[in-house]
Parts: sequence; C-alpha cells; structure tokens
Amino acid sequence: MKQSTQNVSRSLHKRQTRVSDTVQSVPPSGIRRFFDLANELEDVISLGVGEPDFVTPWHIRESCIHALEQGHTSYTTNQGLPELREEIAGTFLRDHSLHYDPNEEILITTGVSEGIDLAMRAILNRGDEVIISEPCYVSYVPTVVFAGGVPVTVATGIENDFKVTAERIEDAVTEKTRVIMINYPNNPTGATMGKNDLEEIADVAIEYDLIVISDEIYDKLTYDGKHTCFSSLNGMIENTVLFNGFSKSHAMTGLRVGYALGSSDIIGAMTKIHQYTMLCAPITSQMAAIDALRNGQAEMDRMVREYDRRRHLVINGFNKIGLDCFWGKGAFYAFPSIAGMGMTADEFAERLMLEKRVAVVPGNVFGDCGSGFLRCSYAASRDAIKEALARIGEFVESI
Amino acid sequence: MDLVQNILEIIENDPKIDISEIAALTGRSYEEIRDCIYQLEGDGTIRKYKTIIDWDKVDNGFVYAIIEIKVSLERETGYNVVADRISKFPEVRSVRLMSGDHDISLTVRGKSMKQVAFFVAEKIATLPQVQSTATHFVLKTYKEDGVILHETEHTERLPIVA
Repeated sequence: MKQSTQNVSRSLHKRQTRVSDTVQSVPPSGIRRFFDLANELEDVISLGVGEPDFVTPWHIRESCIHALEQGHTSYTTNQGLPELREEIAGTFLRDHSLHYDPNEEILITTGVSEGIDLAMRAILNRGDEVIISEPCYVSYVPTVVFAGGVPVTVATGIENDFKVTAERIEDAVTEKTRVIMINYPNNPTGATMGKNDLEEIADVAIEYDLIVISDEIYDKLTYDGKHTCFSSLNGMIENTVLFNGFSKSHAMTGLRVGYALGSSDIIGAMTKIHQYTMLCAPITSQMAAIDALRNGQAEMDRMVREYDRRRHLVINGFNKIGLDCFWGKGAFYAFPSIAGMGMTADEFAERLMLEKRVAVVPGNVFGDCGSGFLRCSYAASRDAIKEALARIGEFVESI
Repeated sequence: MDLVQNILEIIENDPKIDISEIAALTGRSYEEIRDCIYQLEGDGTIRKYKTIIDWDKVDNGFVYAIIEIKVSLERETGYNVVADRISKFPEVRSVRLMSGDHDISLTVRGKSMKQVAFFVAEKIATLPQVQSTATHFVLKTYKEDGVILHETEHTERLPIVA
C-alpha cells in the first residue's frame, strides 16, 4: 500500500498536468474572457445573452409548483415520462405528419446539449469525422472531440445568407465521414434554410450514407417562411437525429429539458449512455414540459411576435448605424458585419464593452468564418436594444 | 403577422409609443403606420388611450366599489334602457350585464366610501327598475386590466451566454 502511494506521487511529479490530452486539446471558450470582463463592469447593457429575457410563462411555472406539491420528486424512466414522449409524438404528427414511436424513437434529455453529446458518443468510433457547418454554437466542436471524433468544419458566408451548401459539404466528405451536423434557425447568425436548400443536403447524406444531426431548438422562432423539419425530407426520417427542446420556445432554459428523435437503434444507444450518466431529466421539468406542449401555444406566440418586432428594430438599427446586417429570419440573433471598421471582431467587442458598456459576442467565437461579425441577441427588452444601438452608433462614429 | 393585429398589440401595451417606433418594430413606413392608426381611431377600433394608475399610492385617491343590481324589467323595454341610464353617471366606471343571481354589475368610483354609498342610495337604488342593490367596497387592487400592481418579479441573467 505504502509502495503504491509513493509510485503515484512520483508519477504525478513527472506529469505536467492531470488533465487528459483530449480535454487539453480543446481551447477554453472564447466567450469566457468577455463574460469575466462584463462581470467586472457596472451599467453594462447586454446583447450577449443566448437565452430568452422572458420569464417562463406562469402556467408552466405553476405546473412545476403543482408537481412538487404533489410529491413528484422521484426518478422517471430513463427515456423520460411516457406522457411527455406521447405528447411530443403527437406534436410531430400534427405539425409535420411525422410518426415517431414514443417508446423507441424519443428520448428526453436535460436540454439539447446533453442530447448532442449522447448522439456523438452513440454514433462515432474513434477518428470518425463529423462535418459541422460554421459559424455554429460553441459546444458542437468540443462535443465531437470529447466523443473521440474529428470535427471537420465547413464555412458559410454572408454571400449565401449563411446557409450551408451541399457543394461545400460534399467537398468535405471523406471515407471517415459519419455525420453532418446542422442548426437552422441558426445560432449565431439567425439564418434559416428553406425546404429546397435542405433537400440538397439530404441528397448528399443519402448518397454517402451519412447521419444528419439537426439541432432545431430555434424552430418555433421562424419569422419569415415556415420551418422545415430535416426528418420530414424524403428518406431522412431514418437517417436524422433531430433535437429540440423547451428552452427557447417556452423560455425554459434553466429547467433543462430537451428531446431527441431518431431511429430506434440510435435512440436506444443514446438511452444506454443517458441511463448510466444522467439517469433521467428532472421530473419537475418534464412535467412542466407536458404543460408547455398542452397549453403553451398562446404565450409562445406572444413571445415570438415580440421577438419579431425587436428583430426589425435591431436589424434596421444596425443598417442605419452603418454595420451591414443581413435579414436573419429566425432565432433571436442579429449578425452585423464590422467590415471596414479597421479592427477584428474581438477588438471591436472588447472596446465596445470598455468604452460604451455594451456586451456583444465577437463572431469568431463561433468559427473562423464568423470573424468579421458580431452576434447581438435581441432577447433583450426594447429599451435595452434602443440604448445599446445608440451607444454602438456613438462608438462607430468615434472610430 | 397581420399589421393591424401587430399595431393593436403594441399600442395596447404601450399607448405612449411613437409612430416612428412602431414603424421600426414592424418594418413599415411612418406614413403607413400613421394612416393605419388614424383609420383604427376613426372606425372606433381604438376607443381610448388609457393609463392604469395605482390610486392607493396617491393621497386623496379614489374609492372603488362593485355594485350588484337586481332589476325588474318592464314590458317592451329590456336591460338596455336601465343600463344606458346608469352608464350616463360619471361616477359609474363600468356597467356589465351578468349571468347569475344579480342582473347588472357596476364599478363605481368616488372620493370616499360615504360618497359612493350615498351615490348608490340616491341615484341607483331610486331608479324605478332597480329592485335591490348590494355594495362591495374594494379594499385593495392586486391586478388591473392585465397589469399586476405590486409586481416584484425580475430575474437575473448571466451577462454573456453562448
């Protein structure tokens, strides 16, 4: 016993770090520095928040309270409450004519982030490649790396309204490619993709036998046109793992509940990991989610209408200031360009924070092709947006 | 979203909003919004721009009471005649025909409980169609026209989240 303790301490001494190579290979989040900076300053107006500024609608909160009063504090089945899965299956049948078996093809997760991690671990073998369209949410690339996969990013740009093209994806396909990962409506750009655009991606997936992971958490926040579920495309229901949840549509970020829909083999494999790691999503949140699906339409519509108004306010506002901003049709982000301002997005965001006390997120955080842009969330009150635009205008004038 | 619906929802929540701001929020021109509002005002869709005041916070504020009235109807005149008559008193803030064990419900406003009580006794109870009245004074208003008057709810979000 004594001998082994000595061995361990000697080896610790030799090692540079106790953290695994895999985790070390992932750089710290680019957002962290701005978060710390914003926390130190007073009077900061934030357009840097990727969550609704609305509080969860009262009827949903009330159902949480009721669930607790009734003593519902136990585990649920690993897959999630059967009632919630049935409600989700009913929603997809009604809204998209898609049949998902609530017993085998739906898994309730603690938010989409957990679900994506499960999917990557369930699907990837070491060295398998995942094609990810950028700019993208900050977790995608690290999640692939943690699962032993290799992220292969493909750029999108303003010239194509930040839609990913089948051509770019096809160029990135190798023998090791297993997954295409997309997210429309998109964080950070607000871009959406129509049915025709998505069909071209589906063709590539079918031709090379790839699984598509489609994060559709912002689907309800589609302002112009209609959202198309990736799995509703011809032949894609078997080959798509679709993610959605309640955080954005019902302002339930902190309740941590989302879901994955897919074929039974993949959902089964994800459930296996989920049962040993998460066990189940919190029962209170799952019960709230049932109420959100049954009674949440009116409140959700009200929030969506308000986001749409702010979208007009903020995008027009940026264009007036001289920061060209394309018309994103979804999510709650504007993605103005800072081309011609003579500095990087990082510098712009840092100076804006220090000089004018406005927090935005530099686009490079979401991938190299986001470098000339800022992500500005309009999940903030109209007054905050107006004041932020005024301050950004002053800042641009001063450059 | 339908423009008229959109404008009405914006104005209902904030009657003081500028036309130019409504234009910015809807992506329409100033003139288009102005004309639309003129029309909504003209055709009576927009009745009035109202302010919700918490009179409990004001010295010499108002006293409110809900008055339940039972009426006896005469042949060939319905509830409308008595309701119209009652509506004309400025002390009466709302008049509603009700289902249940009374017929008409009023909200009456006065400077004191005594003033409200006398108004009901002298002006309402004495109307020939009025059989009986029951006066319920409002002690405290928690929510008015969809607005919670003692709202304390606010949540703290992290300043930057991906």
